[in-house]
Amino acid sequence: MTNQTKYETHEHDVLIIGAGGAGLRAAIEALAAGARVAVVSKSLLGKAHTVMAEGGIAAAMANVDKADSWRTHFRDTMRGGKLMNNWRMAQLHAQEAPERVRELEQWGALFDRTSDGDILQRAFGGHTFKRLCHVGDRTGLEMIRTLQDRGVQMGFDVFMECTIIRLLTDGKRVVGAFGYWREQGRFVVLKAKAVVMATGGIGKAWRVTSNSWEYTGDGMALAYDAGAELLDMEFVQFHPTGMVWPPGVQGILVTEAVRGEGGILRNKAGERFMEKYDPKRMELSTRDVVARSIYTEVREGRGSEHGGAYLDISHKPAEYVKQKLPSMYHQFKELADVDITKGPMEVGPTCHYVMGGIRVEAETAASSLPGLFAAGEAAAGLHGANRLGGNSLSDLLVFGRRAGLGAAAYAAKAPAVAIDDTQIAEAERDMLAPFDRGEGENPYSVHRDLQETMQNLVGIFRIEEDMNKAMGELEKLKQRAARVRVEGSRLFNPGWHLSRDLKSMLTISEAVTRCALARKESRGAHSRIDYPKLDDQLWGKQQNVITRDGDKMKLQQIPAQVVPQELNELLADDK
Amino acid sequence: MADAILEVFRGNQEIGGTKQYTVPIAPGMVVLDALHYIQANQEPDLAVRWNCKAGKCGSCSAEVNGKPRLTCKTRMDALPTDKPITVYPMKSFPVIKDLVTDVSWNYRVNKKIPPFTPKPGTDWKMYQEDMDRVQEFRKCIECFLCQNVCHVVRDHHKKEEFGGPRFFVRVASLEMHPLDNVSRAKLLKDELGIGYCNITKCCTEVCPEEIKITDNAIIPLKERVVDEFYDPIMKLVRKIRGAPKAG
Repeated sequence: MTNQTKYETHEHDVLIIGAGGAGLRAAIEALAAGARVAVVSKSLLGKAHTVMAEGGIAAAMANVDKADSWRTHFRDTMRGGKLMNNWRMAQLHAQEAPERVRELEQWGALFDRTSDGDILQRAFGGHTFKRLCHVGDRTGLEMIRTLQDRGVQMGFDVFMECTIIRLLTDGKRVVGAFGYWREQGRFVVLKAKAVVMATGGIGKAWRVTSNSWEYTGDGMALAYDAGAELLDMEFVQFHPTGMVWPPGVQGILVTEAVRGEGGILRNKAGERFMEKYDPKRMELSTRDVVARSIYTEVREGRGSEHGGAYLDISHKPAEYVKQKLPSMYHQFKELADVDITKGPMEVGPTCHYVMGGIRVEAETAASSLPGLFAAGEAAAGLHGANRLGGNSLSDLLVFGRRAGLGAAAYAAKAPAVAIDDTQIAEAERDMLAPFDRGEGENPYSVHRDLQETMQNLVGIFRIEEDMNKAMGELEKLKQRAARVRVEGSRLFNPGWHLSRDLKSMLTISEAVTRCALARKESRGAHSRIDYPKLDDQLWGKQQNVITRDGDKMKLQQIPAQVVPQELNELLADDK
Repeated sequence: MADAILEVFRGNQEIGGTKQYTVPIAPGMVVLDALHYIQANQEPDLAVRWNCKAGKCGSCSAEVNGKPRLTCKTRMDALPTDKPITVYPMKSFPVIKDLVTDVSWNYRVNKKIPPFTPKPGTDWKMYQEDMDRVQEFRKCIECFLCQNVCHVVRDHHKKEEFGGPRFFVRVASLEMHPLDNVSRAKLLKDELGIGYCNITKCCTEVCPEEIKITDNAIIPLKERVVDEFYDPIMKLVRKIRGAPKAG
């Protein structure tokens, strides 16, 4: 019996892995281009991480600040990213974001309004103007529900609770994916002429994170395994404000909108410490700066009761706070017994986002492998060394759409797909191996130790000695992960699921650590204690690229792109 | 620190029963933390759905001490510890395994609902005061606790002819959208069976987003169905005014 008959098999023109904002936007565009489209998600539809995005979508619509334009948005994005951004992506993003937001509205999204009846925009860190289109502090929910309903009506196939464990290749070309249904544990073959990776980020490799269980770097690791290039993996964003107390909620996101709406950061002595670190922008400095500032206050003994900083919005009228920050109000009241209309929140840095990822072309979102595209957090380039708040949701829309277009166009011309059974057999064997081991470790304990390693050794502030140690630890963790044992059956078995997710996390953890070791400077979210300064001469001009070389991970440097003159002029300091 | 005893349903559709686990209580701990503790330290194959752990995604619904709740928002210190804390899957949906249920019915209902359809030539101006009531409905995180607790579903098993509170909220969000231009009254009456609802407000009580499902969504929709199908004068007025959306 061949694999084609042994496994449940589906065939589409475009297969989209991931059903967050980028994946759904890609699906809508590919459908509109006439492709047959399937969307695969690890969770139920509508539960992806996009749902947790709170503050808003950055788009230079100039509804509130009339002076805003794509040029200023481009400039803010590039400067926030310490010029490591793919300039063309930053340009396309700034130019196209307003139209993408209007489109959402035309599909039924309801953004908060100005008194003129236009979409209201709020201030956010690193943005010169009030630019974030929002719905209170639940913008991501509005966005995902709008995209989800649009896609369902247009008619894509949705494969919920399905995890992909291998990209299938024909030579270098990606021709589909192999995965399993989380519910039943049965395997499934998804043939496709083009694949879009929209799997999000990697935060679950750190102990303190705002990310859910899904964020295990699957997309990047799968692409890497198949031969694609990963770019800029050292740039991991620690959001300045996660909850710090009580222990069970540590890391849960406190939206930047609290600061956007006027929230003030103080240390235990009551000092507004951002005056020291960025007197001009204060609380609305970029995330890398605010995260380091809080971390430094805590390290130097000026932290809050539970080791964070105080974030206070209680000087605003209670009704205003409840209207603009409703989920923060409930989150603190229910989980931390704090009424944020009356007193301060305790906050501290939490692993939130990775700027690095699959290397793509700006226009088409094509990766370095034929047939493989990537968008959203899984892709690299737009955000450079540090992402501005609000630029993620706009990224999903702009490049989700471009990935959908690119994939559909590729699929329209691509020849039929041939699947190699040996790749499937190998993936199946690896996946089932943890059941066959008579003894072995619980995958949860390996995961816990991985999180400690990355948290303690490859965190906000990095130093060579720690990262060398991390490399040794990761090697040991890989050995342990290869010997984990899984109990129970294949029916919805989280321990078994984790045994595979661990492999992805280990791959991306190694990529992050290797890149972070190599970049001997501090830039954006990448802060080296041993190299505290920017090095524009060397590292301002090159980027790290990771590829697979047999069983070994290979790191190379490529020249950074040169920004064209007319755009470069936009980036100059304004005095 | 004190321990708590959790009595968790383990099993699938054919076979199952409860099993007790001892879990150390930490400050601020929620029931989902306790379930994760069991997974990590005792039984890695305990099946639980979750994502955000912050009340925003609506994945971790279960019945805690008999009450439908999001386990990520149910504090252990709000529950009596002198007896075991029971955790069961949502009763109205078929069990897949342990606390994970088959909620696919909800996605099928959703597909029946005609999407947002703007008025032709709209200028996309909308005012906050016209949107506030719709934004309430848009807060829904699809935890399906309202579907689970609704007696039309739970006790009378009318899944084929009934849409359930979640989808009345969704229809309300479309019907009351300031720029929407189609009527879903026939769908409400014939396919979503809104007439089955006898406004006991069980759905409103369990909504973690505090959406006033019965008062603000279901009752106005029932009125709309009555107007459209049983009140010829209103029907005529609407036709003349060309605006099917009553305030």
